[in-house]
Amino acid sequence: MSPQSRRRFLRQSSLVLPALGLGMHRQSFADFATGETIAWKNARILTAKSAPIDQGTLVVQGASILAVGDVDAVEIPANAKVIDATGKWIMPGLVCTHSHIGGMGAADGSAPIQPGVRILDSLNVRNSGFKRALAGGLTTLNIMPGSGHLISGQTVYCKLRYAGKGPSTIDELLIRDADGAGLGGLKMANGTNSIGESPFPGSRGKSAFLVREQYIKAREYHAKVVAAKDDPDKLPPRDLHLEALVEAMQWKRIVHHHTHRHDDIITVLRLAQEFNLRVVLHHVSEGWKVAKEIAAAKVPCSVIVIDSPGGKLEARDMTFRNGRILDEAGVRVAFHTDDWITDSRVFTRSAALAVRAGMNRDRAIEGLTIAGAEMLGLENRIGSLTPGKDADFAILSGDPLSVYTRVLETWVEGQKAFDLSDPEDAIFAEGGTGAGSDLDPFLCCYAQPWQMGGKQ
Amino acid sequence: MRSHARFWFSAAILMIVCLNAPAMAGDVIAVKGKRIHTVSGRIIENGVVVCVDGKIAAIGDSATVVIPEGAQVHEAEVVLPGLIDVRTCVGLSGLLNASQDSDQIEGSSPLQPELRAIDAYNGKDELVEYLRGYGVTTIHTGHAPGELISGQTLIAKTHGNTIEAALIVDGRAVCSTLAETAKKTGKASPGTRGKQVAMLRQLLIEASEYRTKLAKKPVGRETKLEGADAKPSGSEAKPERSDAKPEPQRNLKLEAMAAVLDGKKALLITADRAQDIANALRLADEFKISLWLDSAAEAHELIPEIKKAQVPILLHPTMARASGERENLTFRSAAILKENGIPFAIQGGYESYVPKARVILFEAAIAAAHGLSRDAAIEAITLSPAKILGIADRVGSIEVGKDADLALYDGDPLEYTTHCTGVVIDGRSYPGEPH
Repeated sequence: MSPQSRRRFLRQSSLVLPALGLGMHRQSFADFATGETIAWKNARILTAKSAPIDQGTLVVQGASILAVGDVDAVEIPANAKVIDATGKWIMPGLVCTHSHIGGMGAADGSAPIQPGVRILDSLNVRNSGFKRALAGGLTTLNIMPGSGHLISGQTVYCKLRYAGKGPSTIDELLIRDADGAGLGGLKMANGTNSIGESPFPGSRGKSAFLVREQYIKAREYHAKVVAAKDDPDKLPPRDLHLEALVEAMQWKRIVHHHTHRHDDIITVLRLAQEFNLRVVLHHVSEGWKVAKEIAAAKVPCSVIVIDSPGGKLEARDMTFRNGRILDEAGVRVAFHTDDWITDSRVFTRSAALAVRAGMNRDRAIEGLTIAGAEMLGLENRIGSLTPGKDADFAILSGDPLSVYTRVLETWVEGQKAFDLSDPEDAIFAEGGTGAGSDLDPFLCCYAQPWQMGGKQ
Repeated sequence: MRSHARFWFSAAILMIVCLNAPAMAGDVIAVKGKRIHTVSGRIIENGVVVCVDGKIAAIGDSATVVIPEGAQVHEAEVVLPGLIDVRTCVGLSGLLNASQDSDQIEGSSPLQPELRAIDAYNGKDELVEYLRGYGVTTIHTGHAPGELISGQTLIAKTHGNTIEAALIVDGRAVCSTLAETAKKTGKASPGTRGKQVAMLRQLLIEASEYRTKLAKKPVGRETKLEGADAKPSGSEAKPERSDAKPEPQRNLKLEAMAAVLDGKKALLITADRAQDIANALRLADEFKISLWLDSAAEAHELIPEIKKAQVPILLHPTMARASGERENLTFRSAAILKENGIPFAIQGGYESYVPKARVILFEAAIAAAHGLSRDAAIEAITLSPAKILGIADRVGSIEVGKDADLALYDGDPLEYTTHCTGVVIDGRSYPGEPH
């Protein structure tokens, strides 16, 4: 096979993959409905939905939560295995709305807008980043392409199903809808990261123009599809890029939008309104400057917490107070790791530093769990310890907002996927020789001198 | 009328001077702490530190130490010695990470030991103030990793209107990097690890020969080695024009390396892979130089060798990214070094993107959560760096006679949700972190 034809083959086969993937590894709740029943007693439980329970019981049946509440109020089924969790804390599995682990790489350097490209097709399920994330208590990730494009492709929502011998393919990690289709959003960016040499835009005005032009095309494309009424002779040629944009306008895909500067944030709100996008603002370094406007637009924010401001002009006014100011203005706030920018193993630290700067403790815990779940549209399945939801949770040695607290165990859908007392897992929590990552993320197209790497 | 105006003008100048003067003669600060970590000695419960003229004048139980009348009094739950970042590039590698504030690396040549940090340091970069807000009062900063030899470092306080006012030591170390990041591609050198070490050896040998040549020279010309005592300016006679045979030309590159050979400057070698650490140890042994291992992510693989070489480690930030040549680093690095009695301090390090500067308080905290005792974690960002840097006579612990550098906290300084409530440097107080 010539290189050209091989490339074509790869391209075509990647287009066919979704059809093959359907239902291949469906993780049906029914598989576990008859599974083991386990009850943790006497733990301090943060449900992320109601007030913390000082001495509580969590009952898990199979892959789901059966009951949660005060020890006196929860009846433990007779067949349950009972674990005394005195002194330990249990919280929902952490949800990271913005992660780059898994050796990801979606859109390449050929164009600034590539919504048809899926990150799914680039992920390495054996990358140690997944294990590190579990060591931090994470159970759900939105894995995203980088911010070097205006539209860098389709994101993927993953459950860290690493219990037992672990997954063989990335498909086993997908969170699927009722029809078995893997769920994910659309990654967009504005500001300096996606500005560059032609064909990338050279300015903010050009950036917004290019995006608007594509969404207008997508609208026209969709109108043609609707008008064709399934008549193959009238249907326009299938366009995967435009299809993804149509899905975004239909709210089938949440738009996860990288943005830092206050004016860039407002530009996102403007575009979201024009094209009826369901958007989550990501990073939002200067969100605190336009908190009222974000609140009025009812757009949630997934905030990054970085140890110092700067690194680029648009992050110079980044502050630990961002979470508090946005929350107090009425904006829904979640946190994210942006792993490898920050380390998934210390994800709780992001919430803790927001609390350091005055954010309400309970809201900060929500920012690690249920608020993130809402921003992925998965709040009915994950994000809080609520009967009927997936049994995704972390068992900790103490308060998640303390530096001294360790994640002892991470459970995903009723199965233990991380155990600090197991040396094979502990190495991913501590690091050391053998804990290395297989691949670094492919972060395409930064044109600026601060391009990641050892030197400038 | 004119003399009247002159009086008011003078008075105004005097007022401005008084308002802006650093704490000097007569200024007294007293810091009351529920828990004072002297680090060099015991922890004092309910104690007080009295600072006079920028130095620590008294320390002890609040029942016994008398606070002088008129002293500015601060209170804190916990008081630490001002924190010392043993290796950072703050002040050279600026907040904006743009060309106008990035002076940490100069790519025109792989060997530039002659580049002085003092000529590049911007003490007014916002990151300096930012670090100070968390209790960092002294930084060992300078040229970044990324070239075989990128330049020199300096030690400064995190205040002062000019670098001269902030300076503790100029030209403390020469920075070298043994890593992939210091390799060149194509026909440029160094292109391999073997070539990296060969170039360093060649340079050190040239410096040694230069030193010998200089030693044979008649005195009286401005050819003193850097670091040697300089005569007061003006007292030196201008060199006469003479038709005597030409003396060896002054060579700033070799001068800097000769200072390394003389032990007047340390050679700071950034190396993460065990292989590169071993190269650094071999080089230090051959030339009998004072080596500081910088970053050293795989130090845990070479404990006996490092112990034998008695080399201190400017340890990588605990939360440094475990990728590339640091893929085998561990949160337990500090604990492992402590268990093995290897001197180390935890660094903020160099960051090319975000966070643009790391806060050593945060890095020490994570080490404390992974096997290092809390007291050892505090020592790793106070007295331990002071000893390694050779400035423990001035900073690093709370002792009478040392510089009045203190960091004040409203709880366990290592805890995520504690705040730094104030900072004292040379007896002058500054606000803590914004919150």
